[in-house]
Amino acid sequence: MTRSFFSRNGTRSGYQKQARYSAFDLFRRGLSGAEWPRAWRSRDPKSSYDVVVIGGGVHGLATAYYLAKEHGITDVAVLDKGYIGGGASGRNTAIIRSNYLTPEGVRFYDRSVKLYENLSAELNFNVMFSQRGHLTLAHNDGAVRTMRWRAEVNKLEGIDSEVIGPAEIKNLVPFMDTSEHTRYPILGALYHPPGGIIRHDAVVWGYARGADAHDVHIHPYTEVQGIDVENGRVHGVRTNRGGIATSKVVNCTAGYSSLISGMAGVGMPIGTFPLQAAVTERVKPFLHPVVVSGTLHVYVSQTDRGELVFGASVDPFTSYSTRGSLEFIEGLAGHVLELMPSLSKLRLLRQWAGLCDMTPDYSPIMGVTPVEGFYIDVGWGTWGFKAGPVSGEAMAELVATGKTPKIIAAFDLARFAEGRLVGEKGAAAVGH
Amino acid sequence: MILLPCPHCGPRNASEFRYAGEASTRPDPNATTPEEWRAYLYIKNNPAGWTTEKWFHRTGCRRYFTAERHTVTNEVRETRLPAARLESNS
Repeated sequence: MTRSFFSRNGTRSGYQKQARYSAFDLFRRGLSGAEWPRAWRSRDPKSSYDVVVIGGGVHGLATAYYLAKEHGITDVAVLDKGYIGGGASGRNTAIIRSNYLTPEGVRFYDRSVKLYENLSAELNFNVMFSQRGHLTLAHNDGAVRTMRWRAEVNKLEGIDSEVIGPAEIKNLVPFMDTSEHTRYPILGALYHPPGGIIRHDAVVWGYARGADAHDVHIHPYTEVQGIDVENGRVHGVRTNRGGIATSKVVNCTAGYSSLISGMAGVGMPIGTFPLQAAVTERVKPFLHPVVVSGTLHVYVSQTDRGELVFGASVDPFTSYSTRGSLEFIEGLAGHVLELMPSLSKLRLLRQWAGLCDMTPDYSPIMGVTPVEGFYIDVGWGTWGFKAGPVSGEAMAELVATGKTPKIIAAFDLARFAEGRLVGEKGAAAVGH
Repeated sequence: MILLPCPHCGPRNASEFRYAGEASTRPDPNATTPEEWRAYLYIKNNPAGWTTEKWFHRTGCRRYFTAERHTVTNEVRETRLPAARLESNS
C-alpha cells in the first residue's frame, strides 16, 4: 500500500505540516529566508502507548515507521537513552550488500537492498545510496571455495554476484597490489555489483522524519530502566521520564539488548563486543568499489566526501567500552597497506568503536519471546545496518498481525533451544 | 588495550591471551536434556559491570585462569586459577 504523508491540501488533522523537500522548496526558501521546520518534534511522553519501541536507531525507527505507514498503528513511542542514531546506527561503516551464504540470509538481505534502493523517494530524504559494487577478496583456497559457494547460492536467489580473478580486480581497483609477492596474494574475489555504501545518518533521520509525519512519538534521552511483566505478559516500561503503560514492547537495541531483554526476564545468546573503525583525511575520488578482506580483517570504502572508511573485525573480548585502542589502529594500517601500499602517506583523522551483539551463528534474532507482548529485533552483530529497512518492515508486520512473516521465520529465538542455527559465519565474520 | 594480570606470569598485554568466555558450570551431559545443554552452550549473562570469565594465556604459560573484569571500564580486580584445577592438583 502506498500513501503519501499528506492529503492534497498539505495537512492532516491534528499535526503540523512537514516540509516536502524539493528543489523548488529549496529555491523558494532561499529567496524568502523562511525557516525549515524541524524534521521531527520533541514532546513529553504520554502515560500509555499501543506499542513502545526501545532503541532510536535505524531498526527501531523503521519498525515504528512501517507500523504507522503499512498497518495504521500510529500510537507508537520510540525511546532511546541517548540521541537519535547515536548508537550502532551512527557507528557502522555504512556498507549495504546481500551476497550472504545461506538462502534465508540472502533472501532477507536482498529485500533490504531493494527497500534501500527506493528509500530516498519513499522517505523524501536523500539517503545517498551509492551502489558502487562490493569486492570480497580471497587470499587462500578455503576462501575461494567459500566465495564460489556464496556466488552459486546468490545466483540461485537471483542476486548479481560472481567470482572474478586478480586481473579483473586490478581493473576495478588499479591501486590494489594484486602481485604474487605479497604475504597474502589475492587469488580472486566475490564481486557483487549492487552492493555499496549509504549515508547512515540520513537513513536514521529520514525514518525519524517519516515516522513523525505519521504521528509516531520520538523520545530521545529516555532511558528504559525496567519492564513490567505480570503472568508472562508485558504491562509497561519504566523510564527516567516516568512510567509508560503498554502491552507491546519491541527491543530494537544494539549493544545493550541483553540488558533490555533481561528486564523482561528473557535470556539472550549474545555477547557484546566492541567493533572499531577509522577514517582518513579526504582525498580525491580514486577507490570506486567497497573492498573487503576476511584474511586481513579489513574493509575499505571511500565516502562521497573523499574520506577512506576502514573497519575490521570485533575486538577479541566482550566489553561495553567504546574506547579505541592503538593496537587496533596499528594492525589496521598494516593490513590496509598490504592491499594498497600507495596509501602509506595518508593520515588517519579519527577512530571510534560501536557495540556489536554477537550471536553464536552470526545471524540476527527476530520475533516473539516467551513473554507475551515482548518482541525482539536484536543480535545484529556487525551486520545490522544493512538490514534496517527489512527488519523494520517484518517486525512491524509481526507486531501488527501477531504472525511471524516468512522472511524472518528462520531467525527466531527458539532456534537456539531447538538446535537449528543459521550459520552465516562464512559471509558475516568480516565483511560488512 | 588492557593489561591482564596472569596468576603465573604477572601483568601482560591482553593480546597475549585468548578470551574464553563467561565462567559457567558445565552440566552433566548424561543427565541433561538437549534444550538445557543448548542453554548452557548459548545463553550468556553478558552483564554491563563485573563479570567472572575464563582466559587462556596463549603466548605465555598456556594455562586457563579465571578473571573478574568490569565490562564497562575493563578494570580487572582479580585473577585466579580455576577451583577445579586447584583441587585436582592438591
